[in-house]
Order: sequence, then structure tokens, then C-alpha cells
Amino acid sequence: MLRVIVRRLLQLVVTLIALSALIFVWLRNLPGGPVDALLGERATPETRALLTKALGYDQPILVQYGKFMQRILTGDFGNSIRTGDPVTEVISRAFPATVELALTAMLIAVGLGVPLGYLAARWRGRLLDHLTVVGTLLGVSIPIFFLGYLLKDVFTQNIHWFPPSGRVSIGLDNTNITGFFVLDSLLTREFDATADALWHLILPAFTLATIPLAVIVRMTRASVLDVLNEDYVRTAEAKGLRQRTVRGRHILRNALLPVVTTIGLQTGALLSGAVLTEKVYNWGGLGTLITDSITGSRDYPILQALILLSALVFVVVNLVVDLSYAFIDPRVRVR
Amino acid sequence: MQARRLKSAMAIAAVAALAVGAAGCAKSDRDGDSGEAKTGGTFIFAGAGDPKNFDPIFNDDGESFRPVRQMFDTLVSHKPGTAELTGGLAESWEHDPTGKVWTFKLRQGVKFHDGTPFNAAAVCYNFDRWYNMQGAAAQANMIYYMDVFGGFAKNEAEGASESIYDKCEAKDDGTAVLSLKKYKGAFPGAFALTSLSIASPEALKKYDANTVKQNGDSFAYSAFANEHPVGTGPFTFGGWDKTKGEITLNRNPDYFGEKAKVDKMIIKIIKDENTRKQELRAGTVQGIDFPAPADTKALSDEGFQVIARPAFNILYLGINQKNPKLKDLRVRQAIAYALNRQQLAQTKGPTGAKVADEFMPDTVLGYAPDVQKYEYNPDKAKQLLKEAGAEGLTLNFYYPPDVSRPYMPNPQEIFTILANDLQAVGIKVNGVPRPWNGGFKDDVQTFGKQDLHILGWTGDYNDPGNFVGTFFGRGKAEFGDQGMTEMFDAIAKADGTVDDAGKKAAWEQVNRDIAAKWLPAVPVWHAPPAIVVTKDVEGLKASPLTDERFNTVSVKK
Amino acid sequence: MTEPTTQAGAPAPRSSKEQASDAGRNRLSDRKKARLDELAQSTAAPGGVSLFRDAFRRLRRNPAAIVGAIIIALFVLVAIFAPLIAPHDPVQRFDALTDQLTPNNIAGPMDGFPLGSDELGRDLLSRLVYGSRQTLFVGVLATLIGLTIGVVLGAIAGAVGGWLDNILMRITDVMLALPALLLAITLVALASKSSQWTVIMAVAIVNVPIFARLLRGSMLAQRESDHVLAARALGVKQRSIVLRHMLPNAMTAVIVQATLTLSVAIIEAASLSFLGLGDPDRDRAEWGAMLGDAGVRYFEVRPELAYYPALAIIVVALGFTLFGEAMREAIDPKNRR
Repeated sequence: MLRVIVRRLLQLVVTLIALSALIFVWLRNLPGGPVDALLGERATPETRALLTKALGYDQPILVQYGKFMQRILTGDFGNSIRTGDPVTEVISRAFPATVELALTAMLIAVGLGVPLGYLAARWRGRLLDHLTVVGTLLGVSIPIFFLGYLLKDVFTQNIHWFPPSGRVSIGLDNTNITGFFVLDSLLTREFDATADALWHLILPAFTLATIPLAVIVRMTRASVLDVLNEDYVRTAEAKGLRQRTVRGRHILRNALLPVVTTIGLQTGALLSGAVLTEKVYNWGGLGTLITDSITGSRDYPILQALILLSALVFVVVNLVVDLSYAFIDPRVRVR
Repeated sequence: MQARRLKSAMAIAAVAALAVGAAGCAKSDRDGDSGEAKTGGTFIFAGAGDPKNFDPIFNDDGESFRPVRQMFDTLVSHKPGTAELTGGLAESWEHDPTGKVWTFKLRQGVKFHDGTPFNAAAVCYNFDRWYNMQGAAAQANMIYYMDVFGGFAKNEAEGASESIYDKCEAKDDGTAVLSLKKYKGAFPGAFALTSLSIASPEALKKYDANTVKQNGDSFAYSAFANEHPVGTGPFTFGGWDKTKGEITLNRNPDYFGEKAKVDKMIIKIIKDENTRKQELRAGTVQGIDFPAPADTKALSDEGFQVIARPAFNILYLGINQKNPKLKDLRVRQAIAYALNRQQLAQTKGPTGAKVADEFMPDTVLGYAPDVQKYEYNPDKAKQLLKEAGAEGLTLNFYYPPDVSRPYMPNPQEIFTILANDLQAVGIKVNGVPRPWNGGFKDDVQTFGKQDLHILGWTGDYNDPGNFVGTFFGRGKAEFGDQGMTEMFDAIAKADGTVDDAGKKAAWEQVNRDIAAKWLPAVPVWHAPPAIVVTKDVEGLKASPLTDERFNTVSVKK
Repeated sequence: MTEPTTQAGAPAPRSSKEQASDAGRNRLSDRKKARLDELAQSTAAPGGVSLFRDAFRRLRRNPAAIVGAIIIALFVLVAIFAPLIAPHDPVQRFDALTDQLTPNNIAGPMDGFPLGSDELGRDLLSRLVYGSRQTLFVGVLATLIGLTIGVVLGAIAGAVGGWLDNILMRITDVMLALPALLLAITLVALASKSSQWTVIMAVAIVNVPIFARLLRGSMLAQRESDHVLAARALGVKQRSIVLRHMLPNAMTAVIVQATLTLSVAIIEAASLSFLGLGDPDRDRAEWGAMLGDAGVRYFEVRPELAYYPALAIIVVALGFTLFGEAMREAIDPKNRR
């Protein structure tokens, strides 16, 4: 097990270095960039030249990359072009926001998806089943940003159930320890802040949950149907085992395997969706950060770090799912 | 109508689906409580982007200036709601006949937020600080200073011009004398630039303000700029919670002018235009800046105060004379005649947008009432093209698709309409979209790759040099007019005229000649940017320069 | 018996025995791959004409497939005959519409303009009709480019094997590892400017690894299969084995995946528009851009600008998904009992 982890980490490092070099060189060859972003309309040839020099863009690309790698090795990812904050700080502020959102969305998707899928399969051909299938098809066909827009319009503008944006009410005086607002307020027993944070979470999380929810329902349903046809289930039923035992021990457990796989696979989709959801709800997470640093301020240091980070996250999630897989099914041995 | 019905149908469906939400509802009055307890309450305003930092001299954009303006004052300031000059930290000022020596009579008894006194020494400390700034990183961030003073004691940039700053002397506590090497039309207006705000010398020293660290390809600013900005303004710095995107400003009880009515002001950063509007409706913010033109009517119908700032900007269609065809005045005039700017302003302009005939608003000195106008006239355009032998002309039209500026809310749409007009008179338009920060400015302003482009400007202070001088005062790749020396000379002369009457006449002539003889670009419109507050907000004075100070604002409860 | 509609959405489930048998391949990206391989294998079995006929028969009996096929057919017909169907030129601005146009008002339905104006005073209906063309164009081209590159890479990897296979598959692994939209955003950003082509290419490249993986799996499965062995024994050249025997067999799986990819491609193009990274040309009518740009911008002024293209996208995406899933099901060997 340990060897697997070490090997994966080594692979990761090599990939990251190659990726960083590619991105670094590429970004520096794009037209425009941070100099334009910092100068606005007021650029003159002089200010432009000065800024280019100050940012070190006038040096050979190899020298720039050398310095970049040197800094990275000391754990310094540079500073945001826009605010001058260390990139690590900027990202560690945004990271909990996205994780909080994505986790909640995943909880919703799994919490609703598995039972729904199971019920649809058990009551196959009935109304609930039909509704579920139609719903899941719609879920993957509707552009998520548009769904977010509709939900937001209905729930924050027509009926004022939820706040339109943000993670907590403006001016709320809550303690920030980890950046996970729900967790922090629970730790400090500021329960009103917990409620406030949850209240802000619901709408974005539901929006983000749509696609994984649809996929998980489909997967669970198909998987349960598959298991229902297996001989051992029939045997178990024929043996006269109590229905609950059959369901719990035989059907659900076996049907869950592919579902867990699906959940892992949906992490990527979740991050894609987060980019759109965060934009819709002004959620200060990684998605907002990446689109801002691309489209707005051309914050290349942030962009570089983010690309590397997303590769990192994927591998870690990958590993975690593998381990949980082994946990659920003892026949599986992680190589 | 149909939309309504659909919405309510969805609402009902949603009620069933999300009963969970009811739990959250009870919380909705939460934020209201915290404000009520205090006497003056809290004013929450939605900003559109992150400030860079809070050191005035290192900033050059509106999002940074908004908080800076609440914490700092300038020597000269603007009468609230206008672009006219009035006393700021200096009660009065005068210059000698050469325009090179400026004497400021300073306000007495003013204190910085840290308790240190404001006086002539402090003023000169600031001027000297700017002039003596060292390091490419620091100098590169002083865009406005460079624009006004030209250079530094020791220029980091090669080929940078010599500074026109000479020295600043504190004659006595209340009199500061500034000497320049050369007169410039920008003064005294430039003294009102937010970038040239006066900061506490003690705090500047204590928090190491001059250190701008270059870290790889980015900058790190000082503790002064990030955590301890100390000025004289109506609000003191409370903090910037970057996780939530909230800047807190506290009332300065010792402010020399009208003390702030509210106890606290929060600037909440909401980057999405639509979300700002929705938060305003939800009552969580009391003011928003730059609403989408599409929303202003709905908002005012709903009882919000939509205040259009007097337009102090210009959108223009630039023409690049590097293209030999465009060197012909008749072709440029044909382009001007071909554009239905009236319709553009009606269909896509913010409420109150006016077709522009000159490159500066009529409130600026030197605006000529009688320039040649180019009314929409496609036939004349065709005829002019024919005369010039430029039929079947194909032009590359550059535009930035990804940006929204106060003078240009939606460049894509503006481009589409202008291009349509040009096609209608037989000019073939080849649209070239380039991202604002990803090549547009570079291609247009540095390389001059375009034939046509749209761009604009928001004025910084009330001076024609800040408009016309900036655009056409020297050869620029943007207009490819290296050879238009006649125009450059005329503008240089106008800018160098010290007496007011002569200055006015000179600039008026420049404007007339630009319209009739030179036509380096076509002015499109002046678009008043709006600011919206709830009906409970009183005392807001919208400034044409977006120079709002929120000390006069109170929130009814 | 085929499954009723209800089964349409479900990907082919795998029995737990199969799970255990390839338990070693349990890395996440491996599993994404495993699913593709499964699809690949389903077509590996030799069957030729009978397989197609078999699948087609099952497809015809599946109501989901029929609904999907009808939607797709309609969509394609509208796209082809757009100039005949649309009442107006989609880029012409009409005085009747611009007269009423202000930032706060966009004209609704009126004589000659059944759906009213778009945000620039053009006929909305005509733009929607022509939009089917551009949407189809973007979707099909993105899919085709992704497919072509993917198929070539996959075929090379599958046919040649060895170190080349290894390298190519490492690259597709990395690409599979990144979330699709993030990859697309990054690609558009790296192209520095957005145009219709950057959108097409971004969406295409996202799909390259999927097709490559798919084709390679199919080729590998076939390498050991009877008909290939037979051909080899008969002395048929390697090149012609690959081109004549292996590729055609693998194509079924590729076509299934391509159908599914089409719906994703259309939605992804819309998402890019929403993020401001889409096609900036406002003359070109494309549903994704119509929805992602003007649709959300003028949502309060005239929500129809969002509803119509959104509806069109949803229906078409639904059509491709239904048909694709039904095809996948039809060629699934498990249904061949």
C-alpha cells in the first residue's frame, strides 16, 4: 500500500514539472497579459516598458523559468498580479469555499441519488421510476449555468427564500479558522453563523448537484437492476431470507460498487460545474479564481498554481477512491 | 407575461422540492440587527472588483480608488457632484505668472488617523516621497504620477522623460510651496487626483510604504498599502476580509469636514453585474455601482434611486492612418457620416447617453460649441468614398469582446452595430475580437495592427489636456498619425498656455480643427455611468469623476 | 426483450464478477478508461452484418431510440433547410424592431416577426432557425475533430503497441484526468483569444482522449480475435488488417460515443459563452452563444432570449443522449441473448 502511494507521488511530481514548464513558457508567449491588465487605458509606451522591466518579462524565458522553479522549490508560488498577495494565500482562501460547496453538492447527490435510484429500480416501470428517468435525462441535458440562473431568479428574486450570492451574510462577524464556514462556526459554537452559512449553501449546492445527482441515480438504478437479476439474490429470496437482509446484505452492498466508482468519476464533473456555479452565485472559490485570472486580470502566477493544483487534487481524490473501493470490496487489492 | 407565469409555476414546484429552505428563512433578518444597535448604522456598498491595495500612489483604477477616497484627501478636491475644483486639504492655492510655482494655503488643525498633524511638512514629505521613489517595481506602479510629473529623481525606465517636479518647501506650517520645472495645463486639476492623496508621513515610514517587493513576475506591497493606510479622510481603515471580499471602513470622529453619518461602511466585492443587482433587491446591499444599462429602468421602477452621473467620458471609433486609404480625409469623413450614432445611443447607450461631437464633454474648458458635425448620412458617405476612389474598401475592425467599461458597457454589441452601418455604405468590415488584457490594447496601442477600433476614456480631472491631449497630443500607434505634426503642435501650444482666456481659445480651435481638418477618430458618445442606491439612502452626491465620498450618506432605518 | 424507455439512461452495468476480474485496474482514470474499454469490447466480437442488423432491430423497437432519432432528424432538417424556413435574414437589423429597441426594451412578437426581436433588432425566429446550423456545425465539427484525432492516436496505439502505445496512453491519461470544462477553459485561455474555432478546438481536444482510449481498447480486443487471427494466418498485410478488419469493427463503438459526445459538446460550447470565452461574433447565430451571452444579459428585459435557445439546446441534447444510450444498449453483448 505504501509503495503504491509513493509511486503515485513520484509520478505526480514528474508530471507537475513537465506541466509547469509547458504552461509557463506558453503563457509568456501570449499577447497582452499582466502588463496590460495592470495599466488599463492609461498605458503609455514608457509605463509599459517600465512595467515590463519591473515584472522581469524582459529577461530571456529560460532565466525566467529558472527563477520560477527556484522559487517553487522553496514553496513560493509568487504573488497575485492584482493584489500582491502570495498565491498560496489566495488559493488557500478559495480552496475551502469550493470544497465546502462541492462536498455539500456531493452529499446531496449521494444522499438523494442512491435512495432514488434504488427505489426506481425496485419499483421499476412505475410512476416514480418514469419520473426519475425523465428527471435524470433532463438533468444532464440542461446547461447548468442556466439552471443556476433560473433557480436564483425564482428563489432569490420572486420568492425570497435564499440569498442571491455569497457564503455568509454581509457584515456577519464569524470566526474564521479553517475557511470552512460551516465547520468553523460549529467549532466555535456560533450556531447562528452555521445556519447562515448553510442557508447560503443550499441553492448553489443544489445547482451544482444536478449532474452528479442524475448520473448517480442512473448508475444506482442500473446497478440495482443488474444485481436483482443475479442468481444469488434469487437464491437468497428463495431461501426465504428476510427481505431486509436480502436488500441490505446482498442487493445494496453489491450494487454500491459501481456507484462508488461513479461518485469518484463525478469529482471532475463537479469541478467543471463549480466553475459555472461559482460564477452564478458569486462564490469566492477556485472556480471564480480561475475564470477571473484567465479572463480578467491575467493573473498568470495564480493560473499556473491553479493548473498544478488541479492535477494534484485529481490524483489525491483518485487515491482516496481507490482505497475506499478496497475497503468496500475485500476482493479488490490495490496494486 | 408568459415569463411571469412560468416563474410562478416553477416557484410552486420548487416549494415542494426544497422545504428545507424554510429553516433558512428565519435567518434573513440577521444582518439587519447588527446595524440597528449602533447610532449611525452601516452603509453597505457593492463594488465590482478587488482593489489592488490602499496606497493611493500605487493605484490607478476605480475599484481601488473607491475605498481610498474614503480614507484619504487631496490638496485640491472637487465640489461634490461636479468636476469643478474646490479646496481640499489646501484651502486655497495660487500660482505665479509662469505657472511653475504653486503656493498652497493649508487647512489648519487637521490630523491624520494616527493622530499626527497634517501640515506643510507632511505635504512636502509626500511629494518628495513620490519624486524620490526607487526601484522599477515601485515606479512601475505609479501610473498617475508618471502621467503628471513625467519622471523620477532617478528613472528606472530607459528613455523616460525628466521629471517636471523641482522641489517642495514648507514655508511655514500652513504654507507649502511647490516648484515645477515646467508649466503644465494639468494643474491645478491634477492636484485633485486620488493617486496624489496625502498620507501620514509617520505611517508611511512606520509601515515601510516605499517597499514594493518584486517577487518573480509579480509585486508584493507594503504593510502600509495592505493593512495600515493612514490618511485624513472621513473613514478609517477597518480591514479587508479577503475570504469574504469585504472591506470595512469605520467612521473617523475627528474628520475636519462633514463627519460621516454612518458608523461603518462596508464595501462588498461582487464581480457579477447581475448579482450586484440581485443583492440590492434582496436588501443586503444599499448601493451598487455601474448597473447594466438593461437594468436601470426596472430598478428605478421598483423604487430604487438610479443616479446617472454627468457623463465625463468618451467612446470613440479610432481610425488608423497607417492604412494609406485612411490617410485620405474624405474616407475618414465617409466613415463618420456612415455611422448612425443616434440610433446606437438609443438602442445600446446607458440612459442619458448623448452622441458626441468632440472628444471631451461640454463641461470641460475649451469645448467649442461650433465644430463640424457629422450627422448620419449614408448617401454622403458613399459619395465621399467614391470621390476618394475608396469603394470596396476592406477594413480590420478591432474590438475587445470581454470587457465592460463605463463608456462601453458591451463592446460586442457596439461593434456589431457600427460594423453594420459601415457595411451598409459598402465598406467591408473584418471584425477582429481581441481580449482586453489579452492583446487588444497591445495590438491597438503598441503595434497599431488595426484599421478601426473602439476605445474610450474616463476623465481624471477637468482639463482638455486630459482628454484631447491624451489621445492626440503626440504620435501614437493607435492612430498611426506620426506625421500629423500640425495637430501635435497645436495641442502642445494649447496645453502650454497659462492664462485662462488664451487657453480656452486655443483648445476651442484645436477641437474645431480636429473635427474639420484632422478627424483622427470619430467621437461616438458620452455615456453617463449610473450608481444605484435604495430609497433609504440619503445624501449621496454622485460625481462625474466617480469621486464619491460617502461621508454625506445616511441610511434611514 | 429490450428494456423499455426507463432503461435508456442507464449505462451498461457490470456484474460484480467482472468487477473483481479487472479489480487491479482500479485507479480512477483507469476506471474511466475501463468504461470506455467495455464499450470497445462490446463491438470487438466478430459479427459483421448480422451484428449491425441485430443492433438495428433492437434499436427500432426501443421507443427512446425513436424519440431520439426523430429529434435528431428534425434538428438536422431544420439546419439544412434553414434558408427556406427562416422568414428573414438572420443578421439584418429591421427598423420595425430597432425603433422599439432600447437597453430596457426589446420588442416582442409582431407582424412579420413571430418571436419578436433579439438584442440587436434582428428577427429572433430566423436567428433560432439559423442557430440550428451553427449549433450543429460547432457540435459536429468539435466531435469530428476530437474523433479523428482520437481515432488516429488510438488506432496507432492499438495497432502498434509497445512504447508508442505507452506514451500515447500516458498523454490521454493526463487529459482524462483534468475536468473537461477546466481543460476547455484553459485551452481557450492558452489560445489567448476566443473565436468560433477556439471553442470548437477546445471542445474537440477535450474529447480526443476519450476516443483514443475507446479505439485502442477495441483494437486490442480484436488483435486476439478469431477473424484477425484468421486474416493474419492467410498472410494479409498488417496495414490492411488494421484498415479493413479492425477499424471498421471498432467504428460502431466510436459512433455511439460520438452521438453522446454531441450533446455534451453543444452544452460545453454554451458554458464557454457564459464564461465569456465563447465565440465573440454577434452576427453568427448559435444557440449556446445566444443563451450564454444575450440570454442571460437580457434575462429581465426579455427572458425569451434565454428560454428559446435554452429549450432548443435541452431538446437537442436530450435527443442525442436518448439515441446514443439506446445505441449503446443495442450493441451491448449482454442484450444479445
